[in-house]
Amino acid sequence: MSPEIGHYALVLALALALFQSVVPVWGARKRDAALMGTADAVALGQCAFVAIAFAALTHAYLVSDFSVENVVLNSHSTKPLIYKISGVWGNHEGSMLLWVLILTLFSAFVALFGRNLPLPLKANVLAVQAWITAAFLLFILKTSNPFNRINPAPFEGRDLNPLLQDPGLAIHPPLLYLGYVGFSMSFAFAVAALIEGRIDAAWARWVRPWALTAWMFLTAGISMGSFWAYYELGWGGWWFWDPVENASLMPWLAGTALLHSAIVMEKREALKVWTVLLAILTFSLSLLGTFLVRSGVLTSVHAFAVDPERGIFILAILIAFIGGSLALYAWRAPMLRQGGIFAPVSREGALVLNNLFLTAACAAVFVGTLYPLALEALTGAKISVGPPFFNWTFGPLMVPLMVAMVFGPFLAWKRGDLLAAAQRMMAAFAAGIAAMLLTFAVTRGGPVLAPVFIGLAAYIIVGSLAEVAERVQLFRAPLATTLQRARGLPRSAWGTAVAHAGVGVMLIGIVGETCYRQELIVQMKPGDTVEVAGYQVTLTGLAPVQGPNYRDVVARLVLREGGVDAGILEPAKRVYTARNMPTTEAALKTRGFSQLYVSPGDVETSGSIALRFFYKPMVLLIWIGTLVMMLGGLLSLSDRRLRVGAPKPAARRAPAVQAAE
Amino acid sequence: MRALILALSLLAAAPAHAVLPGERLDDPALETRARALSQDLRCMVCQNQSIDDSDAPLARDLRLLVRERLKAGDSDRQVTDFLVARYGEFVLMRPRLGWHTLALWGAPAVFLIGGVGYLAFALRRRRTGEATQPEPLSDEEKRKLDAALNG
Repeated sequence: MSPEIGHYALVLALALALFQSVVPVWGARKRDAALMGTADAVALGQCAFVAIAFAALTHAYLVSDFSVENVVLNSHSTKPLIYKISGVWGNHEGSMLLWVLILTLFSAFVALFGRNLPLPLKANVLAVQAWITAAFLLFILKTSNPFNRINPAPFEGRDLNPLLQDPGLAIHPPLLYLGYVGFSMSFAFAVAALIEGRIDAAWARWVRPWALTAWMFLTAGISMGSFWAYYELGWGGWWFWDPVENASLMPWLAGTALLHSAIVMEKREALKVWTVLLAILTFSLSLLGTFLVRSGVLTSVHAFAVDPERGIFILAILIAFIGGSLALYAWRAPMLRQGGIFAPVSREGALVLNNLFLTAACAAVFVGTLYPLALEALTGAKISVGPPFFNWTFGPLMVPLMVAMVFGPFLAWKRGDLLAAAQRMMAAFAAGIAAMLLTFAVTRGGPVLAPVFIGLAAYIIVGSLAEVAERVQLFRAPLATTLQRARGLPRSAWGTAVAHAGVGVMLIGIVGETCYRQELIVQMKPGDTVEVAGYQVTLTGLAPVQGPNYRDVVARLVLREGGVDAGILEPAKRVYTARNMPTTEAALKTRGFSQLYVSPGDVETSGSIALRFFYKPMVLLIWIGTLVMMLGGLLSLSDRRLRVGAPKPAARRAPAVQAAE
Repeated sequence: MRALILALSLLAAAPAHAVLPGERLDDPALETRARALSQDLRCMVCQNQSIDDSDAPLARDLRLLVRERLKAGDSDRQVTDFLVARYGEFVLMRPRLGWHTLALWGAPAVFLIGGVGYLAFALRRRRTGEATQPEPLSDEEKRKLDAALNG
């Protein structure tokens, strides 16, 4: 019975979404508070119905209801509980349902916590959200119904794709979707502002927490996906420039640009038109990502949908929303008045530079991802655009951005002084040069410029933190004063420093892994010992192991470091029995931030096994860096001005914060 | 500048390798070339993997083929030409520069230069804009102002 309840709840949610698409906008036009006020309750109702549908599907998975087609195709009665739950979104239909659930959750949050928004803006924002919800609910009901029954019901399901049976999958898609869909909020705010034809600094302040939240989730989702690929795909890479990865990187780049231009708009009322455009583009890229992944135009692990009807439906949604919003933009944006004037060398100027490089990088990824599709459609020629293209275009755009990133916070608003800023950044330059020389002295091999990039990373970390250190007068004032100033400093200043430092941390990881990686490929028999990265590794045996829904052949490796026991590694060749699909289970040994990565090959008839060892120095810093970036986002999100919302009299009665930005 | 680009491309080189011990060539110089070549060749049956990364049997065949051609004295270009002739340009991870890929390779640079150009243009327009006087009040506005000032 529960699948039918779920299906019916989806239909009801669609009805509410259609109501919410029209009535609040009409109310906002007529200045009718009652009509505008309906949006809140309807948004909550929609969220409740979609939640019921999601719960119904989850229930079908938990009890292994094999009369539901979706469960048959993606589940198995012996599958561990966590994968029964994560299996709900480990397929096309379920993941679209999760997408819409998150969308309605965001709408519900606006309805609940958007009390400080002007009523017409709130009504319009919720209406725009409802347009998106209605479109995707129609898509689910029309082409991707997860509640389809089959008769007769089979006794057993076909199991979930083995690559997806991993704790990483339980977290990766929800995080990514929270990011993708979160940017629908800034999109809705942008379109609402265009409908009203009015936009001001307060708008930027309302949008910022939503954009920050979406950005943090997207960062977490991409980072998680990268880490998952690193240990699960079994060949030790962490970024492949796969079209699906690019699909998530593009909104991230545009969203990062949006966060920065929104600062300029909030503080200085400049870049309004550009910020609105970025808000539209960021969500358009999220939709594009959904299209690329869901339509199956790309061949990749992620594209489980290969039904052209779905592709065309999503393409129609894509065209309607992107085309519609851009047309609205072209019509209404000229009416928005531009604000503050600034010199090229200023905080605003630095943020404009940031936007230029981020959008250029985004354009490079966009062209590289879509060019093969476009070329094939137009001329029939098939080409591949692989990692070399992105390394040659994306890489050079990132370097100036990273250099400028540290300068920005040292420059004053309106008119900055480059020389004075450089003088205050002496510590950063010194740290960069010291790190470069140190790397040069202690390492052998690796590309010539690798130490330069380590130096760049040190410069970023020290420079970002130095700005805060200067403002709290670290070492120059008594400790008590410093602590007091540190508490008084706006959290957003801390957020900037920490997030920027995170980029430096990540850069160390990237350079360490790509430039100083060691590799050893050997054929080993039980009893053989090899020496790799300071470890003596002995293969003690090969043994079959039976798991709940798979069979393993485990290679048991004993590690010794300088004669001392250093643990055991057990990489395995695994076969998932339900689909007879082989996977490689790599084993990892962590030393500090570095890892020894062992990936097994096939067992030969002679009883030997091919083993690939990689020693990856500092590799963990890649993901730790993204965590630091997220921490920066969290600090910025906790800033007082975002918590109190729009400027209110109460905000002025609070003790004045010194060194206001 | 070339050194920088080279370093960047090395920085982000393909991360891991599926080469098996038995496949490797005895000549280290040839083997290095073979590895570099394999990283830029696509495994046709895989999802966005180079033949150097892939475990697939076809990738293994191609790895052996590349090494065979190199041993026979082919240049890197001859090896890729040989593969392109059989598998099409799809086999190359780095698309060759030609008329059909001009827009691809040019796009990032055009975008960046266009952006810089637009900013420079906007800056100049604003500078000259600052110098000019605001438009004088219209008669209607003058009347309103007088009315407001004189109560």
